[in-house]
Amino acid sequence: MVPRHSRKQIVPGFGVTLSVTLFYVSIMLLLPLAALLARASELSFAQIVPIVTSERVLAACKLSLGAAALAAGVNAILGTVLAWVLTRYDFIGRRWLDALIDLPMALPTAVAGIALSALYGDRGWIGAWTSHFGISIAYTRLGIFVALLYVGLPFLVRTLQPVLAEAERTQEEAALTLGASPWQNFRYVVLPQIMPAILTGAAMAFARGVGEYGSVIFIAGNIPKVSEIAPLLIVTKLEQYDYAAATVIAVFLLSLSLVLLLIMQKLQMQSQRYRLKEVQP
Amino acid sequence: MTELASSPSIPRPASLTWNLAKPLRANLGRYILLAIAISYGVLILGLPLAVVLLEAFKKGLGSYREALLARDALGAMSLSLLVAFLVVPLNTVFGLAAAWLLGKFRFRGRNLLITLIDLPLAVSPVVAGLMFVLLYGAQSPLGPWLAAHDLKIIFALPGIWLSSLFVTLPYVARELLPLLESQGTELEEAAALLGASGWQNFWHISLPRMKWALLHGIILCNARVLGEFGAVSVVSGHIRGKTNTLPLHIEILYNEYQFTAAFAAASVLAFLALITLVFKRVAQKHHTQAASLSA
Repeated sequence: MVPRHSRKQIVPGFGVTLSVTLFYVSIMLLLPLAALLARASELSFAQIVPIVTSERVLAACKLSLGAAALAAGVNAILGTVLAWVLTRYDFIGRRWLDALIDLPMALPTAVAGIALSALYGDRGWIGAWTSHFGISIAYTRLGIFVALLYVGLPFLVRTLQPVLAEAERTQEEAALTLGASPWQNFRYVVLPQIMPAILTGAAMAFARGVGEYGSVIFIAGNIPKVSEIAPLLIVTKLEQYDYAAATVIAVFLLSLSLVLLLIMQKLQMQSQRYRLKEVQP
Repeated sequence: MTELASSPSIPRPASLTWNLAKPLRANLGRYILLAIAISYGVLILGLPLAVVLLEAFKKGLGSYREALLARDALGAMSLSLLVAFLVVPLNTVFGLAAAWLLGKFRFRGRNLLITLIDLPLAVSPVVAGLMFVLLYGAQSPLGPWLAAHDLKIIFALPGIWLSSLFVTLPYVARELLPLLESQGTELEEAAALLGASGWQNFWHISLPRMKWALLHGIILCNARVLGEFGAVSVVSGHIRGKTNTLPLHIEILYNEYQFTAAFAAASVLAFLALITLVFKRVAQKHHTQAASLSA
């Protein structure tokens, strides 16, 4: 760590990179942000109240938050299993599975959307099978949940993998030689070390899930108050030239993203501090 | 778990026999975990990819070719390529500057700047699109002025360009930042003290050490530009042959029940995604090799 302002800067480029970065961030990020906030500040209290109390808006926000939270929760458990298996076990096809984890980051959301709805639709491989049991996934809320499982999985696995790989094996070996069961080892030795990473990954998956649009709308059914997500409602309101409602929902989603970003930064700092403490004797 | 217990923390044969005494029970948990992980990975990630490729070639190569060579498909592809060509270089230059600034220097407001740059990753693409509609649309304060000068941003190429820039802004910077942070500044300081100019320092000292991460960031950025859907969908206006990018073209085909054509167009992007994934492994391999060499 270089202490702040402790010596003259030797590495070149501070001035240039600072001005390029600030200029670009102002034009590309701050200006659009300001446009949204300015539009929101023009709204009077009397305009906002009917929007935030409308059943359709409330239902959409509740659905987006609920489905994203549920998917992040399931991925927190199964993503941990996947990360564990990928870092600790060696098996045939491990590299393939590992490469596949990044798929949702690389595959465009619209492509994922039509693939998921083909897969879980009544004639799809999985949809046809579940319809035997009277369960339809596509065009219901369940479809939204499945799409968000797909979208969120890499966040969990990729956040956990480096932490699991770096975790102090000596402690685990000590626990195991002292007679701890594999479960006890995981629960009392490994889990406390990786908990910040699990929470960070889940927060990332949740943030992404709340705002997700492309991979959800094809499979969701999009019935107002039932299976209509908040980002879709913004698009619908925009198409109806209801800029006020679109702005209000967008400000809600934006503030949520900001809060989640700050939480993630806190969590990451925490896990780094934890790791630093581990390294220093 | 077995390899944890048998790893040589206590080099005694006793630990080996103790380990052999209960292989089945210890391995059972291992197999269950493996089965859960592999089935979940295949179910959630493998099947969607397989479906795209299978559906695209369902009606044979002939109709696959036909779907890709249709005029609207070609138009959508060339528009997507044009947008990528306009977006990727700009965000690469920005990413390099931002990563250099944030990775090599400590200053007040640094954390705030990182949070800001991360914002496009956390915010809904639809919200991003809406921001540009509110900034440059007919309803905005800028709207009348733009109309008077015959400048069309929303529902035209500039809108698609701007919203794509916004959405992919963090990719190169994010890829480079952890690397530059971990590399420290010793080599750059030495080069500067030996009289290297700023440009020489960057070109000969820093760039060779980050080229793989840079390339990976560029490829991720490119893939995201070509595949961006939500933000572009809001600002584009879906004018066929004019403002339809490839993902928007896929949506239209799918909603018109032209499934084979939709999946054919989707398969192009899926192949691109596969190339991106393969490249990631290559870049990582080079990266770890370089790290072990310098260590």
